[in-house]
Amino acid sequence: MSGTENAATTQVYRVYIKAAPEQVWDAITKPEWTDRYGYGGLTDYDLTPGAAYRTRPGPAMVEGAKAMGFPVPETVIDGEVVEADPPRKLVLTWRMLMEPQLAAEGFTRLTYELAEKNGSTRLTVTHELAGAPQLASLVSGAHDDEQMGGGGGWSWVLSDLKSLLETGKTLAQ
Amino acid sequence: MVTYPGSVSDDDLVFKALADPTRRFLLDLLFARDGRTLTELESELEMSRFGVMKHLRVLEDAGLVVSRKSGRAKLHFLNPVPIRLIHDRWIDKYTERHVTALTELKAELEKDS
Repeated sequence: MSGTENAATTQVYRVYIKAAPEQVWDAITKPEWTDRYGYGGLTDYDLTPGAAYRTRPGPAMVEGAKAMGFPVPETVIDGEVVEADPPRKLVLTWRMLMEPQLAAEGFTRLTYELAEKNGSTRLTVTHELAGAPQLASLVSGAHDDEQMGGGGGWSWVLSDLKSLLETGKTLAQ
Repeated sequence: MVTYPGSVSDDDLVFKALADPTRRFLLDLLFARDGRTLTELESELEMSRFGVMKHLRVLEDAGLVVSRKSGRAKLHFLNPVPIRLIHDRWIDKYTERHVTALTELKAELEKDS
């Protein structure tokens, strides 16, 4: 954790997943996995510090948005790789582009930390959200009751990831 | 519900941790403002430092609080994921049935009107 972070605007999420750290790492960094849980979306990473990455909407996201009557941008999340130490640590800058007001809040900092514990992986997600109050509200799951389905933020995403890796199915399946 | 022997993440620990009003109060404090030190949390409670430490330990063991070092300070963060897991695996299962039952009742009642 950097010394400059503001604790009050930092969110920390932790989940234990009965899977090897390498499997969890793949689920976070490979597009064939990233579209299968949570909000979905296809993310291609060049795991080199300074490399840009972006998340494209998956087929389900495009279909869903079309049905709801609003457009999906070609890139839904973008940012840069700050640090990559497979399968232990991934630090990213992270900007949500789904809506103009979220995009305007700019880049936040997202850290994934993986540790093996008793045959499981302890996954800790730290999201530093200084200057991004709307995004902070979104990722905390404050909009969970809205019709969009899956406004559950990181708690929901990680619960879904755990379900996928442990049972082969997501929560909706 | 599958339990993992030796795993720290366990529904029993979560339910036990939530069964105490002081621990729920500590979670509410972190919900209002995250990333607090023991000293900050202690100042909100009529309780010894040792008592607050004990409660935080139970919350950490249940995974509901994650502590991190920031310089010399140890900061405590609320981790909502264990509650989400209980919600997704237990509560959804039962509320869905209630909602379905009510929807069916409504359809049944409206059929004759």
